[in-house]
Amino acid sequence: MHFAFTEEQAMIAETVKQFFTENATSLRTRAAMATDGIDRALWASFCAELGLAGIGIAEELGGAGLGMVELAIVAEAAGGQVAALPLLGHAMAARAIAAGGSAAQQGDWLSKLLSGEAIAVCEGSHSLTCTDGKLSGTMDCVPHGGIADLFVIVAPGQAWLVRADAPGLSVTSHVTMDQTRPLATLQFDGVAADALADPAAALAVVPQTGWIVTAAEALGVAQASLDLTVGYAKERVQFGRAIGSFQAYKHRLADMMIEIEQARSAVYWAACAVDEGAEEAAIALHSAKSFAADTAFMCAGNMIQLHGGIGFTWEHDAHLYFKRARALQSMLGHGDWHREQVATMILGAAA
Amino acid sequence: MKLGFSPEEELFRAECADWLQGQMAGEFKDIKGITTLTAKAERRKEWEQQLAAHKWSCIGWPSQWGGRDATLAQQVIFAEEYARAGVPGRVNHIGIELAGPTILTFGTEQQKARFLPGIAAGQTIFCQGFSEPGAGSDLASVRTKGRLEDGEWVVNGQKIWTSLAHISDWIFVVTRTEEGSKGPKGLSFLMMDVKQPGIEIRGIKQINGDAEFNETFFTDARCPADSLIGAVGDGWKIAMGLLAFERGVSTLGQQMAFRNELDAIIAAAKANGQASNPLIRQRIAKAEIGLRLMRYGALRMLSNTDHSKIDGAALTYKIQWATWRRSLGELAMDVLGQAGEVAEGSEYEWGMLPNLFLFSRSDTIYGGTNQIQRNLIAERGLGMPREPRGDL
Ligand SMILES: Cc1cc2nc3c(=O)[nH]c(=O)nc-3n(C[C@H](O)[C@H](O)[C@H](O)COP(=O)(O)OP(=O)(O)OC[C@H]3O[C@@H](n4cnc5c(N)ncnc54)[C@H](O)[C@@H]3O)c2cc1C
Repeated sequence: MHFAFTEEQAMIAETVKQFFTENATSLRTRAAMATDGIDRALWASFCAELGLAGIGIAEELGGAGLGMVELAIVAEAAGGQVAALPLLGHAMAARAIAAGGSAAQQGDWLSKLLSGEAIAVCEGSHSLTCTDGKLSGTMDCVPHGGIADLFVIVAPGQAWLVRADAPGLSVTSHVTMDQTRPLATLQFDGVAADALADPAAALAVVPQTGWIVTAAEALGVAQASLDLTVGYAKERVQFGRAIGSFQAYKHRLADMMIEIEQARSAVYWAACAVDEGAEEAAIALHSAKSFAADTAFMCAGNMIQLHGGIGFTWEHDAHLYFKRARALQSMLGHGDWHREQVATMILGAAA
Repeated sequence: MKLGFSPEEELFRAECADWLQGQMAGEFKDIKGITTLTAKAERRKEWEQQLAAHKWSCIGWPSQWGGRDATLAQQVIFAEEYARAGVPGRVNHIGIELAGPTILTFGTEQQKARFLPGIAAGQTIFCQGFSEPGAGSDLASVRTKGRLEDGEWVVNGQKIWTSLAHISDWIFVVTRTEEGSKGPKGLSFLMMDVKQPGIEIRGIKQINGDAEFNETFFTDARCPADSLIGAVGDGWKIAMGLLAFERGVSTLGQQMAFRNELDAIIAAAKANGQASNPLIRQRIAKAEIGLRLMRYGALRMLSNTDHSKIDGAALTYKIQWATWRRSLGELAMDVLGQAGEVAEGSEYEWGMLPNLFLFSRSDTIYGGTNQIQRNLIAERGLGMPREPRGDL
């Protein structure tokens, strides 16, 4: 038992933090927001220079090895800069293919995805129908759906690969509140799908990967919201003193830190529990996703309030964090749903 | 990062569990499951001695002083198994967790030899004399005076809210030893025998009907000159060092007691149908998540060896658990409904959950109120300006 980063993990954390701070600047993120919500150059250097797109993928398959703790470290740093990156969909898709793809499917896609040559997005569906290997139906709210080359679609007991240019598939990107991760609608009209060889194996890794990435991103959002507000609290003077000296103000900052510390425990507990195959993994994942997303929202909301008028402007980054936090709350199961899963584990199903 | 325990550690867990459960099923059956701080105090002093006789009293201490030099993981395991076995809290927790570590860190070899064996053996029960009527959150305002006279410290003044003073043998006292000094300067830290004519103790009844804390009056109370820990004027430094020990491994044992409380709420909700109320389900889930995050927060804090940076998990721990537990008390009453407001017998005495509801109102007060915790977090953790002092 040692619940602290190893030296290697601390090094990764430092490297990615530096990478995102230097590269995922507000300017670049805003440029991506004005177009399709992805900073392609950033993703390319993330894949090529850092070589971190393969985290959580076995080395035999060309991945970087490592596990969910390292993936969480990366996602936390990306969240801290609200980077406009397809990391979430990529991580779920690549891990689904690594876990459930045939050798051919892995060969077709993994190296392309890990090098950044192709971008994949992964999403669950309960409504698509599949007849004779052809998919029909609609999928709403697919994050970064508009820029994907490949869709990995998971449904109860089944999973498919669908190329974005497949005949019969139409993709409509929406103007989305969080412009760093626009949502798209996919319309399937008898689209030829390549069924994953082992859907159960893919299904086993997709939700956990998604929850860890979203929870860790949320942690990064929360911490950055606090850090930026602390900086402002020391600078801004009213009534002849720094605003951070007002107790009502500093107690709100303290409340943010109290939640963030718990969110941090939650995220790395969940990541560690998954890596170790611990019995607690399920409850840890539900805890992490619900707690971290709520913490991000609380902190980003406080960031606006504690900045006053400037926090309400488009120019200030507060709204980027606020909108990302809101999106994280809804995505991959709302907090209430995750808590109901926890309740079911300890109280039994609701009568 | 690693959460799991090694096979050797799991063996150690089994050894702890065996012994503790054996005791609670055997000789000490009568104290199993006690949740108040004062019930059966005499038997619990015997329990302290039983722990000591089997070297389970303070396993993290050096073996020279009655400990086992236990590793962090072993201490975590013991704390968990202790509470899991339904063993009541340590009546000498102030001695084991506060006085002992303070003497180990700041005491002379002679002082170690004088006090540690007694604490480890469960024979010297300690209480904490910090707060005074005029010095609560503002601890540095203590006025109780100490002066050196013929090779003895002579102490005059009053402490208040002294937990368990009425069953204690020794008290550590923060006194003002420099005439005319103010604030944290001029304070000294003394160890005093409680059972002497110069010390008078009067119980104070609490909101739950219990009288766990006291007023402690000092009228020419005395202790030998070498009862001073550290140097004259070091009192503040030592008092602050001592408060840091409060965040030690024992917090994990405390969490297992919380686990028992949450389990009792879950059982009550299942029994009375509240387990199907969706709002209660959300709150129970939140409580469950909060408790687990407390565990991992504590493990992060205990695993941290880099003391050059602010440890956020440690700094936020007190307010986190205190607030969590106060909400747990409210949840308990919402689950129980009016039934929770009826005592079991003819005395004003409360079972586990109603007592949790009442007692937990103090968790957010003692050991630094929630407001003081927020000040500390904002000032030490986030570098915000310090609260200005008034001159009243
Ligand atoms: C059950 C229990 C057991 C205890 N056991 C012991 C013991 O064994 N030994 C011991 O020495 N003491 C003990 N205490 C005392 C405890 O440490 C004090 O009660 C605590 O420090 C608060 O001091 P006070 O009661 O004087 O309240 P005050 O300091 O008068 O506080 C009153 C209110 O004012 C607020 N306040 C004060 N200062 C500030 C500020 N700067 N900013 C914002 N708000 C502020 C407080 O948060 C609180 O809400 C115990 C207390 C309790 C309830």
